[in-house]
Amino acid sequence: MSPLPAYERPLIIRHESGLMNKFSRVQSMRPMTHLDGVAVAELMETYGSPLFVFSEKTLVERYRELRDVFSLRYPKVRIAWSYKTNYLDSIARVFHKEGAWAEVVSMFEWEKARNLGVPAEQIHFNGPYKPKAVLDEVLPAGTIIHIDHFDELAVAERVAVEKGIRPKVAIRINLTADGTPQWSRFGFNLENGQAHDAVMRILTGDRLELTGLHCHLGTFILDPDAYRQSATKMVDFANRLRQEQGITLSFIDVGGGFASHNTLKAQYLPGDQATPSFSRYAEAISDALGKLNYPPREMPTLVLETGRALVDDAGYLIATVQANKRLPDGRRALIVDAGVNVLFTSFWYKHDVVPAQEFRGVFEPTILYGPLCMNIDVVRDTLLFPPLNVGDQIVFRTVGAYNVTQWMQFITYRPAVVLISQNGQHAAIRKREDLEIVRGPEQMAPWL
Amino acid sequence: MDGHNKLRDLAVSDSGFVFDPYTGSTFSVNLTGLTILRGLKEGHGREDIVGELQTGFAAGDADYHRDLDEFVGQLRNQGLLPLDFSVER
Repeated sequence: MSPLPAYERPLIIRHESGLMNKFSRVQSMRPMTHLDGVAVAELMETYGSPLFVFSEKTLVERYRELRDVFSLRYPKVRIAWSYKTNYLDSIARVFHKEGAWAEVVSMFEWEKARNLGVPAEQIHFNGPYKPKAVLDEVLPAGTIIHIDHFDELAVAERVAVEKGIRPKVAIRINLTADGTPQWSRFGFNLENGQAHDAVMRILTGDRLELTGLHCHLGTFILDPDAYRQSATKMVDFANRLRQEQGITLSFIDVGGGFASHNTLKAQYLPGDQATPSFSRYAEAISDALGKLNYPPREMPTLVLETGRALVDDAGYLIATVQANKRLPDGRRALIVDAGVNVLFTSFWYKHDVVPAQEFRGVFEPTILYGPLCMNIDVVRDTLLFPPLNVGDQIVFRTVGAYNVTQWMQFITYRPAVVLISQNGQHAAIRKREDLEIVRGPEQMAPWL
Repeated sequence: MDGHNKLRDLAVSDSGFVFDPYTGSTFSVNLTGLTILRGLKEGHGREDIVGELQTGFAAGDADYHRDLDEFVGQLRNQGLLPLDFSVER
């Protein structure tokens, strides 16, 4: 007698002919039972659900790939780890061990980098907010600030006078490049002459040493040619400063913004098809740098502040199915234990998500909801997904960037974060929050 | 037309292909859904259908009553049953 067929939850699906499949490629969905050789079940048993997991192997591979493809085309390359993308100590240390400098945008991040042993001279300090108290500390320490506006420039000069120092500084510039929205709120505009005015002010004041130019074009830029344009404009400006003012820059910083393998909500092709390789970005930028009128020994260092494209692919979020629901429009809904409070990037991306165990049954349009009592708590808009049971796990892939810095402590505790080493060890690099941690900074009003 | 009339006229193949002659719509139904659909077409009651699921499949800790009600909800959503149709307890 043949064995009975396995029970599946009953399902009927209407045939839709003549419509494009806009959800995903069903055939490509495979369960992700292990992360870097470690069973998801083991991770769940050890650390609980939900859980962020990072792959040290992927972090290192992405870093080395970025470094190698740029170094192949341009001889002096520096990668400065973008702290805001993921400033967990263990993640930052992986990159620093590979040789990365630090790129920070706040005193908190600067302190974190210093605490990790990064020399102050190996920190690029960006952002529009660097109050005098910050400059009082970081400039004498030798940190390179990227000046954002004239008021900051004036404060930096005052600090230089008061401390009797001559700080190394860069200016941040903004410019237009076809196909990307201009981030005009940061830095000095190049096209209208403001950036040149800033340089002249630095030269006239003679209290700061201009050592670099910086332009962060934008974020998740899928067209490498935008970098060709921005780098070309920066190179033209650098050549002009050298010719007119005799300024020899020690670095040109093209910022970050390389796309990861995620898929933006408005994007048609999935990230693994649409995202340019590091080589294509390197080709575009190094082509432009080839036009620098500098003697070979004085060529400026190319600085990359790549964050997302290095860490996103290395991060996973494991979540557990709490319930199945049927919506009035016929779609199936899954409620999982990780919401937008944890997976902040759900607001930006159509996240790649797969079951963590073998599955069977008919795929159907499914929406993934988080556990919050909020209508906005949608961690994945409709995708074709196999049937899952309560207690099953799912794995969100490519979630390493920005989530563990922008997550919110809302309603519940933030989950633990685990790192898997290159030889398969695993350890919590941030423990799950508890009442003690969350209540820690609170104080009862004395009259209550 | 009552629910049983429409159900009676649905063409259902052994492989789970369903044709609605009133609208021309076609559907795919999985094996458990097929068992329920056939039970409903033949006018079986709740306990009979649940019994057919229990004996026809290797189940773990399935909640047959919940699944039956949810599947009937799917049939209503797809216009294959009237909105007020339910399987009597």
